[in-house]
Amino acid sequence: MNNIVFGQYYPTGSVVHRMDPRIKLLAVILYIVTVFFIKDYTMYGAILVFVLGVSCVAKIPLKVLLRTVRTIIFLVLITSIINLFFTRGGKLLVKWGVIKIYSEGIHHAVKLTLRLILLMLFPSLLTLTTTPMELTDAMESLMKPLKVIKVPVHAIALIMSIALRMIPILMEETNKIMLAQKARGADFDSGGVLKKAKAMIPVLVPLFVGAFRRADELALAMDARCYSSVAKRTKYKVMHLSVRDLVGGLICLAVFTVVFLNKYLWAFDSMILALFK
Amino acid sequence: MPIKFDHVTYEYPMEEKPVVAVKDVSFEIADGSFVCVCGENGSGKSTLAKLMNGLLQPTSGTVTVDDKSTATEVEKELFAIRQKVGMVFQNPDNQMIASIIEDEIAFGPENLGVPREEIGERITYALDAVGMSEHRHHTPYKLSGGQKQRVAIAAVLAMRPEVLVLDESTAMLDPKGRAEVLKVAHELHAQGITIVLITHFMEEATQADRVIVMSSGEVVMDGTPEEVFRDREGIERYDLELPIVDDVAAALSQQGVPIEDKIYSVSTLAEAICRSK
Ligand SMILES: Nc1ncnc2c1ncn2[C@@H]1O[C@H](COP(=O)(O)OP(=O)(O)OP(=O)(O)O)[C@@H](O)[C@H]1O
Ligand SMILES: [Mg+2]
Repeated sequence: MNNIVFGQYYPTGSVVHRMDPRIKLLAVILYIVTVFFIKDYTMYGAILVFVLGVSCVAKIPLKVLLRTVRTIIFLVLITSIINLFFTRGGKLLVKWGVIKIYSEGIHHAVKLTLRLILLMLFPSLLTLTTTPMELTDAMESLMKPLKVIKVPVHAIALIMSIALRMIPILMEETNKIMLAQKARGADFDSGGVLKKAKAMIPVLVPLFVGAFRRADELALAMDARCYSSVAKRTKYKVMHLSVRDLVGGLICLAVFTVVFLNKYLWAFDSMILALFK
Repeated sequence: MPIKFDHVTYEYPMEEKPVVAVKDVSFEIADGSFVCVCGENGSGKSTLAKLMNGLLQPTSGTVTVDDKSTATEVEKELFAIRQKVGMVFQNPDNQMIASIIEDEIAFGPENLGVPREEIGERITYALDAVGMSEHRHHTPYKLSGGQKQRVAIAAVLAMRPEVLVLDESTAMLDPKGRAEVLKVAHELHAQGITIVLITHFMEEATQADRVIVMSSGEVVMDGTPEEVFRDREGIERYDLELPIVDDVAAALSQQGVPIEDKIYSVSTLAEAICRSK
């Protein structure tokens, strides 16, 4: 499949891929809220099992899924190290000069790491199984109620989709300009941060000028094809909620509710704990 | 229904002194004709094109399409004109809105409020007309220049125009891409669509019914390709480059091959050579 150039879309044609993008988007939002409320390891485990289960159904290889975590590994390391060293409380485990590590610190660090990784995984599943175009459509559809308070929903969606379309084009252009500047002796690789930033100026200026010219021409082309942000348009692609989408959505909802409310579902909690003993 | 220019002048408003881009131009473009507009850089060709569908409105004089003046503020009337006079621009990357070809083609009809089912039919028709049907669900990003321009033409065709204006739409293409686009233009002409082809390449003019030459905002030559090319003085004055067939014919006749030396199209040249044996 050569039709996706941008983003990390990983086409496998699975049920998850074919699911209504609006349901997927809502699920991700719910998921993020849920993850922020989790306090104990069991529930982290439960959510992890859920995410891995979904990725199995989506036929996304584990390697591909974990690759998305790589981008935040630095952030994870820094925050967990800070938590490890600066959290006080619990038993003092290590004392080495000024460095003191408490048991609470270890718990904090581990939980934070788990939380960040979980926060990365499920939204990544969304972008792995949904094209950027579907996502914009989903956002437009979900924001529709805002039309009542005069939010230009369609214009916003159009801006997003044009931005998506322009990204590969502008990246290519950046490469071209950099090559052209290199051919004239520009040096992008040596020197400190400041010098490198300075070297980028001759790249950014033509890039911006080019982008504005493009925007101008695009506006003209849109005018020529009768675009109006106020007139009533029809929409060629409409999204249909199928029974399958609803079932998928309900499963997610059920999982999140259980995890979210596990504190109050004491019986359930102790049952799980009993299982692990 | 022709497009009619009646003493049309267009000035770009500038701070110091307005730039006169089109100067007192009058002509008519007949239904079903294939008109080629040539002229050096800055001679006002693009301005002329934009005057044809109301993207620009004349400073003085009138442009009428189907006897309706383009000088109107009413969006509906302007859209009716732009639907009839479709326009394709030079840079294919700067006139595409969507990331999937199908959505790109749907954009125009959506703006016109065409019902959903009909948009589907129009997409099929338009992609078929330019020979791009198998790319319907792909992204335009990976296509060749010629293919992208064909998609841009299809996007206009889906609005069912009566006139197709191509403003140097072949200028950025390699010879193969140029040939593709020209072939499509001629096929559409055969189907009854009026074509206005703005070009730098005189070869393209040889196949037109009529050639209009512009210089400094004025129409300086106007006639069939034969009439225009025969005017050697004019050709030289307006710095037009004669198509290579003409040079070949002249060289052959100098070498004593008994053919007329003023031949402007490959097919007439071929016929003449065959006859000369
Ligand atoms: N937006 C503008 N503002 C001011 N002047 C303009 C603008 N666009 C064009 N002009 C001027 O109007 C004149 C005609 O320009 P136009 O673009 O119509 O020429 P053209 O024949 O299409 O040239 P090219 O072959 O370069 O496309 C030129 O002198 C140009 O500098
Ligand atoms: Mg031009």
